Amino acid sequence: MTIQRRRFLAAVGSGTAAGLAGCAALGGDGAVLESGGDDESRPTEISGERLTLTTTTSTYTTGLLDELNAPFEDRYGVTVDTVPQGTGAALETARRGDSDVVIVHARSLEDEFIEDGYGVNRRDLMFNDFVVVGEPDDPAGVAGSRDVDAALTAIADSGSTFVSRGDNSGTHATELELWETAGLTVDEFGEWYLDGGGGMGDVLTQANMQGAYTLADRGTYFDMREEIGLEIHLEGPVEGGPEALLNPYGIVAVNPAVHDVNYDLAMAYIGYVTSVEGQEIIEGYTANGEQLFFAEALSAEPNFRQYVPEGWRRSNGGE
Amino acid sequence: MSLASGLAVLTPLVVEFPFEWNYVRSIVRVSLYVSLTAVALSTLVSLPVALLVGFKEFRGKTLLTSVINTGMGFPSVVVGLVVLFAISNQGPFGSWDLVFTTEAMIISQFVLAAPVITGVSLAAVSSVEQNVRDAAYALGGTRVDVAIVTIKEARYGIATAVLAGFGRAISEVGSVLIVGGNIAASDGTSVTRTLTTAIQLEAEQGRFETAMLLGAILVVLVLVVNAIVVRLGNGGGRYG
Repeated sequence: MTIQRRRFLAAVGSGTAAGLAGCAALGGDGAVLESGGDDESRPTEISGERLTLTTTTSTYTTGLLDELNAPFEDRYGVTVDTVPQGTGAALETARRGDSDVVIVHARSLEDEFIEDGYGVNRRDLMFNDFVVVGEPDDPAGVAGSRDVDAALTAIADSGSTFVSRGDNSGTHATELELWETAGLTVDEFGEWYLDGGGGMGDVLTQANMQGAYTLADRGTYFDMREEIGLEIHLEGPVEGGPEALLNPYGIVAVNPAVHDVNYDLAMAYIGYVTSVEGQEIIEGYTANGEQLFFAEALSAEPNFRQYVPEGWRRSNGGE
Repeated sequence: MSLASGLAVLTPLVVEFPFEWNYVRSIVRVSLYVSLTAVALSTLVSLPVALLVGFKEFRGKTLLTSVINTGMGFPSVVVGLVVLFAISNQGPFGSWDLVFTTEAMIISQFVLAAPVITGVSLAAVSSVEQNVRDAAYALGGTRVDVAIVTIKEARYGIATAVLAGFGRAISEVGSVLIVGGNIAASDGTSVTRTLTTAIQLEAEQGRFETAMLLGAILVVLVLVVNAIVVRLGNGGGRYG
């Protein structure tokens, strides 16, 4: 109701007050503002608008985004439509201009997205890690490996079933990079290497049913641990495991110069999730008593590599 | 209302209901809204087409009939993709901003249900005996009268067609997932989440019991809609 009234007031007041509509709107406590502006075609407020966020299944099924988005929606009087997809699909949707902002976890794919001109203003958001999970009896003897290469080689040598995501998701991209680093060629794998072709939850369920190994993000695994009988055999860096299993999430706005997207709101959202408040929510979010994500956006030290593709230099960046 | 009470009957059967009622209610609402609207629109288009094709003899009628029948088996995922490309920001209808909305879901279910309703109605209309139609003519009926007589004669077949279309619409998961995005608001109410996409999401997380429960609700829902349509069919018979 209050929003309705404010809207009305804003409509009446628009045109009389001057100022930059966008900035004033973002600073407000929920609706609008004594802004308006002389340009009638400009939206005078953001209240009531929708932000479309495409994201990975892991941020969504763990319930983090519900927790994170509710205060944002309240404060700005907007709705966040969260579409859970894989990282590849989320970026593809954004490339077509069907979403305003993406939260994904495959730096190589994010870099490609930015280099192709579709994404702007990338920020590091948070991280957790990947773990290698499998049957409790650990047929390949992966347990206790401190080294990803050794663990993967053990699985490949023993021919134990391994279920891959096979869906161009962030986890899939990481998995392929890990096999490559270990000097193994996925294309030459035998029948033990299965293409699950589904979300993380699907693949964990399949691995559980087949007594197989798989690479899972810790968040989804913790969230589903009650449902499945798989155990962690190789820990990620969160529990002192190898750095190669780090799973960093980034947030990127869709470039408003390429697509007609809700860029103002996307940037307000990025500002919110990387703020002290947003980062505290991420840090404090737990499932089954375990912290699932670790905040990474706040740092007193400058961190320039989060804004640009990895390895970017002024000399090779164009100009 | 009979729907709500129907769902309420289910609750005592499960020891612990794992969902917020608001969540389930909003999913059921979205499912019904999308599928019923899509089926209503499909029926409006399909029935006249079925009558026209059924009555008229023309070259290519067999071909058209097989095209319609092929459409009955069209994979919903493909329909979803085609609709997505049409309404996507870059597509021909991109400016309408339909991606991830219930309207988009209605469009794709319309495309899915229309061939089913047309095809089955066509079979029903065609099977109305020629002498019935001749009698209607002989008694001085206009073309509209003949059409009405035919619809009355074929009403069970047409009801079956509508129900088959509804069954196709409410049970499909491929296209609504693609064009709708399976969105729920952060307060836990459905925006574009249907029973089928909710089942898919639960199953993906290994929560098979809750997925089954949603499946049971879906079955009850289809049953209720079937009962209502059959009831209407009988009522129509009485006055007819």
